[in-house]
Amino acid sequence: MAFALSADRERELEDILSRYPNKMAACIPVLHLCQEANQNWVSDEVIAFVAARLDLSPAHVKGVVTFYTLFNQKPVGKHQVWVCQTLSCALRGSDKILEHCEKRLGCHVGGTSKDGKVTLRTAECLAACGTAPVMQVDKTYYENLSISEVDRILDRLIQS
Amino acid sequence: MLKRTTYLSHSYGKPNSWTLASYEDAGGYRGVRKALSMTREQVIDEAKRAHIRGRGGAGFDCGTKWSFMPKESKKPCYLVVNADEGEPGTFKDRTIMEMNPHALVEGCIIGAYGIGAHAAYIYVRDELHLSKERLWGAIKEARARGYLGRNPFGKDYAMDVFVHTGAGAYICGEETSLLNSLEGKRGEPRLKPPFPAQYGAFGCPTTVNNVETIAIMPSVFDFGGDAFSQLSELHPFNDGGARLFGVSGHVKRPGIYEAAVGLTLRELIYDLGGGILDDRKMIGVIPGGSSCPVHLPDEIVNVPNDPRFAPYNGKSILDLPLGVDTFRNAGGMLGTCCAMVLSDAVDPVLALHNLVRFYKHESCGQCTPCREGCGWVDRILNKIVSGTATMEELDEISEIASNIMGNTICAFGDGAATPMLAFIRKYRKSFEDYVKTGGKNQTQRLAL
Repeated sequence: MAFALSADRERELEDILSRYPNKMAACIPVLHLCQEANQNWVSDEVIAFVAARLDLSPAHVKGVVTFYTLFNQKPVGKHQVWVCQTLSCALRGSDKILEHCEKRLGCHVGGTSKDGKVTLRTAECLAACGTAPVMQVDKTYYENLSISEVDRILDRLIQS
Repeated sequence: MLKRTTYLSHSYGKPNSWTLASYEDAGGYRGVRKALSMTREQVIDEAKRAHIRGRGGAGFDCGTKWSFMPKESKKPCYLVVNADEGEPGTFKDRTIMEMNPHALVEGCIIGAYGIGAHAAYIYVRDELHLSKERLWGAIKEARARGYLGRNPFGKDYAMDVFVHTGAGAYICGEETSLLNSLEGKRGEPRLKPPFPAQYGAFGCPTTVNNVETIAIMPSVFDFGGDAFSQLSELHPFNDGGARLFGVSGHVKRPGIYEAAVGLTLRELIYDLGGGILDDRKMIGVIPGGSSCPVHLPDEIVNVPNDPRFAPYNGKSILDLPLGVDTFRNAGGMLGTCCAMVLSDAVDPVLALHNLVRFYKHESCGQCTPCREGCGWVDRILNKIVSGTATMEELDEISEIASNIMGNTICAFGDGAATPMLAFIRKYRKSFEDYVKTGGKNQTQRLAL
């Protein structure tokens, strides 16, 4: 089925376009908008839609999608969890946090829990080194993590 | 010398510090009024007098950078603010955007006016959702009050600020890569020349500045450029003002602290950071983001040819004031001034392994030395850590890193090679132990 945006999101798209001197510049913000409207992943239909709306070739849009790590090229879980693993977080025990998440969710990094609720990822430096270890859940940062805190967060996600 | 200041951080931790009302109560939007009463040239001169060295890591003088912009341009000019903060260990810009976003908006008006731009784009990495929300909030408040728009502060100089979002790529913190990303392309760095001041965003003259560099400008103009520069102990090094210092890793009180330039690593780690976690011994400190060479605590400053170094020669590197030129001349790099501290519980081999994995993941792949080199070193470190590497392979790391250095389009290659070379040289024995014993003597851990 062809991809389309809701009226609200169409208005947001127009607002994004108004910020730039040309349409191509809207490529990344519009891809974010469409990804959110498409259960958090960028399908070929989304690429075709963005290309048509911004007068770009689908190859250009695909090139952008594959360059950036935050565009999902496959379906993902209802929630996404990123555990930061770069040095400052690693010095504060992020490996234990990640291990715990894998155990709790029953999947490895890059995978999704069996119930489809949570996709687990690692992140490269989330710019929160002073409050390490850190993880991002959808659009929210959780900082100064402990295992019990992670449990509370995951419980909430699993029950959502 | 430790001299705490609160130009950027006065509102940190206060309720609703990100609102216009709270910013104006604290004296906000005064600097921009002064700036707009000057000519463009006077604005640039005032910024030059403040000696604000770029806070994003390269340390280039901000006023001088602004002066590269054309005086007359047929094309529109742009100010682009680099808020793609992602250098491991660096977390200062995020605090400004979340807790003091109006300082950045006010700074954007000053900077844009100085370089002759009518629009500023703030390129924020996608992960920082709260920062984007607070910045948009501040922009909307400023528009509603008429601070942005056709006549900011009664001046006939149309001005607007926009937030642009990235999508998860460390390389987009490199300015030309950031410009490509802003234009809706893959974030691959461009060859220079042409430099952004001639051919930047959308092919137009552009200045790219770090968040903190722009956000400190309101204070510069409010306080007066020369007076602001003299806050710094490194005023003789043309490194002026106050800045945010960060400390993370194995310290008791990690965080962001604002102080006048001239703070030393010892003051940052022990006075502000509270000392080493569990009162352990420190084995090393990376002064400003992972692309800077690591320093051992027993390193001694020795720069005999520069008279400005007379007070520091013979002292520990920990007692050298943190400045762009002080660290550059002493064989280090200041970077972003956000230090990462390693205690003796850490295995330096694993620390480098962690960093190289980061660079391998984030290399954009455009230049062969960087793309292949980072992967190659990562594979050798995998072997070292699993105890199957040979001495020859250990030596290869320095050779590969030297071949990345200086052979790539952008500075990412140098940023990746620097920690490789520094770790191998300074912790040689740890690496050799790994190879000789197959990794058996090691703690196999990074955390305490």
